[in-house]
Amino acid sequence: MWRYLTGRVLQTVLSMLVVISIVFVLTRLSGNPVHLLLDVNATERDQQILMHHLGLDKPLPVQYGIYVANIFVGDFGNSVLTRRPVVEHIWERLPATVELGLVGMVLSVLIGVPLGMYSAVRRGGALDLGARVFAVLGQSMPAFWLGLMLILFFGVVLGVLPAGGRGGPLHLILPAFTLGYFTSAAIMRLTRSAMLEVLGSDYIKFARLKGLHEQVVLWKHGLKNALLPVVTFAVMLFVQFLGGAVVTETVFAWPGLGRLILESITTRDYPIVQAGVLVLSALYLTGNLFVDLLYSYLNPRIRHARS
Amino acid sequence: MLARRREIPWFPGAVLAALVFTAVFAFYLAPLSPTEGDITQKLIPPVWMERGDSAHPLGTDRFGRDVLSRIIYGSRISLIVSLIAIGVAGTIGTLLGLISGYRGGVTDAILMRVTDVGLSLPTILIAVVLVAVSEPSFTNVVLVIALLLWPRFARQVRGETLAIKEQDFVALAVVAGRSSTWIISRHIFPNVVPTLLVISTLQVGYVVLLEGTLSFLGVGVPPPSPAWGLMIADGRGFLATAWWISLFPGLAMVLTVLSVNLMGDWLRDHLDPKLRQLGRAAVLEAPAAASVGPAVDEAPVRGAAAGGDGV
Repeated sequence: MWRYLTGRVLQTVLSMLVVISIVFVLTRLSGNPVHLLLDVNATERDQQILMHHLGLDKPLPVQYGIYVANIFVGDFGNSVLTRRPVVEHIWERLPATVELGLVGMVLSVLIGVPLGMYSAVRRGGALDLGARVFAVLGQSMPAFWLGLMLILFFGVVLGVLPAGGRGGPLHLILPAFTLGYFTSAAIMRLTRSAMLEVLGSDYIKFARLKGLHEQVVLWKHGLKNALLPVVTFAVMLFVQFLGGAVVTETVFAWPGLGRLILESITTRDYPIVQAGVLVLSALYLTGNLFVDLLYSYLNPRIRHARS
Repeated sequence: MLARRREIPWFPGAVLAALVFTAVFAFYLAPLSPTEGDITQKLIPPVWMERGDSAHPLGTDRFGRDVLSRIIYGSRISLIVSLIAIGVAGTIGTLLGLISGYRGGVTDAILMRVTDVGLSLPTILIAVVLVAVSEPSFTNVVLVIALLLWPRFARQVRGETLAIKEQDFVALAVVAGRSSTWIISRHIFPNVVPTLLVISTLQVGYVVLLEGTLSFLGVGVPPPSPAWGLMIADGRGFLATAWWISLFPGLAMVLTVLSVNLMGDWLRDHLDPKLRQLGRAAVLEAPAAASVGPAVDEAPVRGAAAGGDGV
């Protein structure tokens, strides 16, 4: 168990270092932000002064070393454009991303679990067929297009929901559903197969023989046992939402971290891009680590198999 | 899954055949140029609507380019990106998987750690940053997708190799004094091919979605090329007035991915029952590994990275 644990933690750290390196090397190689910041009439000397001021005149390895060292003390530098600390920019945007991710996760569980459950109970029926079409479609639809079509239908044609931006609960519905559809389809499939397995078991037969009400059998005896993979999976999904925030946030003009990263790529504001990707990746990686550990803790079969 | 019969499922089969046909013969099929538009013909609605024009069955975009022609040519981009990216990723991943599984020991340990790191990265995010800073271009899109895809192949092929390695015919070849290279290429690789075919098919949908997402975000194949993702992004500003610009390329994409996924499911059920069980076990016992493993039916993860990551 300890070996497994240390192995997983080490791997997470390693992944994080890879992310840091990729982002650092690429953003530095891709072009000089000085050209974007200065007027076209700026002299060579002006450029050098600015490069020096931003620390861009040092050799790449040195810049990298300074960068990694600074990350460990929580210093991500200042935004090239606004000159404000990057950390402030990130903190401004992170709550919006987390909010959207959480609501999206809850929504996909609320849709996916009951649908999967009844789809398993009524196996082969109309509801099952409908649910499976829903799932297959959900896994084939590009989220950005779904988002636009939802805006078109609910925002433009019906005019009942806001088309973008962050505000009250109404603003959350469309982006959360867009984010959650793919995963609710996945959750539905997972619940369905887990339920099918559980429903064939002896204790379900026994519960029915005891004369328990069907709903009690399904929800209490059935779902409870089918839920373990679903719950861990849902946590994992939330983590992945964070990684994918870029797309949904762009479609719905949602002022989150993903959109901040994309905006900063356009303006070549390296420090923000680096920090943003880093924060999202860190959440993603530690989230996955947490799920793995939680799962091996909850499921003794894995715990022993791996130790 | 939906298709479990012996014969090839007709719906995805037909769609895919039509898609390949369209991509190959785009030049003859497309009524107009995909990139040259007549600005006086801009924003014409589809033919069945009031101002529709039979010269532009699915309407025109803001530059007066014919939407149908662009969709037809766009199928080429999706298909070529998928073919090359999966070809490259499949070759690298298979090679590493074979070596890793056959060699074992330190080689295996190192290669699999690298694979794990590759699998654990947030795909979309990394892809966006990689393409954006390396200047969006067709080549870069393909390379980045391949870079993110190979670990899926490596992981799966290694697993297969481990199982095949234990078979008697491999042991006999070893006893007969055959070299590792010979054994891998003559005994192990041919047995991995069915699995490879299944994984590749299941990844096509993922690649099409990923390429579309990158193009949509403006970090994919650059304009004016008729990539479906680009067309959808183009129509964003005209949702209220010219919805057809975004709607139709999206439909083409859904239809493509849907068919490839159904076909992949069918192939898996018929070529490789092992993989199916593997997928289920992976979900039930190792959520993180499953999250990034190849898309397998009950594994709720057909590119969970893709969707979860937000495609």
